[in-house]
Amino acid sequence: MKYIDEFRDGDLARNLAQNIVAAAEPGRTYSFMEFCGGHTHAISRYGLVDLLPRNLRMVHGPGCPVCVLPIGRIDMAIDLALTRGAILCTYADTLRVPASGGMSLMKARAGTGGSCADVRMVYSTRDALQVARDHPRREVVFFAIGFETTTPPTALAIQQAQSEGLSNFSVLCCHVLTPAAIRTILQSPETEQGPAVAIDGLIGPAHVSTVIGSRPYEFVAAEFHKPVVIAGFEPLDLMQAILMLVRQVNAGRAEVENEFSRAVSREGNLKAQARVAEVFELRREFEWRGLALVPHSALQIRAQYAAFDAERRFQLEYRFVPDNKACECGAILRGVKRPQDCAIFGSVCSPENPVGSCMVSSEGACAAHYGYGRYQDRH
Amino acid sequence: MCLALPVQVTELGARDTAIVDLGGVRKEISLALLDEVRVGDYVILHAGYALSKLDQEEAEKTLALFAQMQAAGPAAP
Ligand code: SF4
Repeated sequence: MKYIDEFRDGDLARNLAQNIVAAAEPGRTYSFMEFCGGHTHAISRYGLVDLLPRNLRMVHGPGCPVCVLPIGRIDMAIDLALTRGAILCTYADTLRVPASGGMSLMKARAGTGGSCADVRMVYSTRDALQVARDHPRREVVFFAIGFETTTPPTALAIQQAQSEGLSNFSVLCCHVLTPAAIRTILQSPETEQGPAVAIDGLIGPAHVSTVIGSRPYEFVAAEFHKPVVIAGFEPLDLMQAILMLVRQVNAGRAEVENEFSRAVSREGNLKAQARVAEVFELRREFEWRGLALVPHSALQIRAQYAAFDAERRFQLEYRFVPDNKACECGAILRGVKRPQDCAIFGSVCSPENPVGSCMVSSEGACAAHYGYGRYQDRH
Repeated sequence: MCLALPVQVTELGARDTAIVDLGGVRKEISLALLDEVRVGDYVILHAGYALSKLDQEEAEKTLALFAQMQAAGPAAP
């Protein structure tokens, strides 16, 4: 497809790699975090690490919406479908995330544990609205997860439901914010759970940035003196962004640069931002898997749209549930451990039978590493 | 989750919708988040919504840069 294939050209990728090798100063080490799961996936899929010099390391970040969703939030969705009789509409990736007591939305749907829950996979919020129109006597809840990329479609769905008087539709809002997560990672001090991550620069989000623009990352350069390069999800985009980061580090610069200029501007999509601001407001705090409670890091539905807020409508309470003890997802999401550091990686935990959330979505570090890279380490 | 694709708008429909070409497959999408989309434009499609327009000039510039770097040959080590 146009504007995809050109950005996957193998010869150009190798040429970029040679430029990175030439630019990387032998006396230094470079450690860059790719925030997005989409980048993590591309790095594994195209074997980009093999093209990079030995003194340059990529660290996976927390930018996988499925991965950072804590167990307690999945439990809320299961509760809605299983005990409140709602039809739960969700993006596919959430279905297999392990919840409390060995449950998942998929198992709830299959009837594990007694009754069958009505859980439906949707591609778009528009499909969820259609389910609500088709079942006027049923409560229909959209399980809304994701970063700023997925938030505007949820905002539009809520406004659409209001204008149609679709009173059986509501949203379990679990939308989270990228800049808040980046700040948490950069601020993270050494804790009992382990060392803070040391990174020299950041690959900024691709499609999140089409919505919010590049401006929200400027604090990374200004306050933390780390360079940021926003990059598309294709392999050439990533390689070029890495080269740009190496050059910034070499020159002692810390700026926000935009490799993905074909889709991202400094201001972002103002229309989408306006819709989001009409429907949502900041939550005081939100629990992230791996990052714990992060202040002002997620959105909730404004009082004006309370009728469409599943948390209010069903009086749901969030309850913290600890992760499986063996699972290292938390440390992986903070960038301080790698999938292969987990003792049950690839043995007890696999994409067919995920123990932690990082093994579920193809953007999760463990799933990406399992699918494309797991044999590399053995050599 | 955040994956989105560049797709070309082939027809404009009623109520902020459009038909796009998704690798040979026709699909209806929403243009409610964008202004002034024309037939022939490329948009970044995510979960049924166009999130931004793809700036074809910027895309060509980026590709030209890659081509130029390759023509220059590998940088001296
Ligand atoms: S391999 Fe499985 S259990 Fe281990 S950290 Fe990854 S998701 Fe968690």
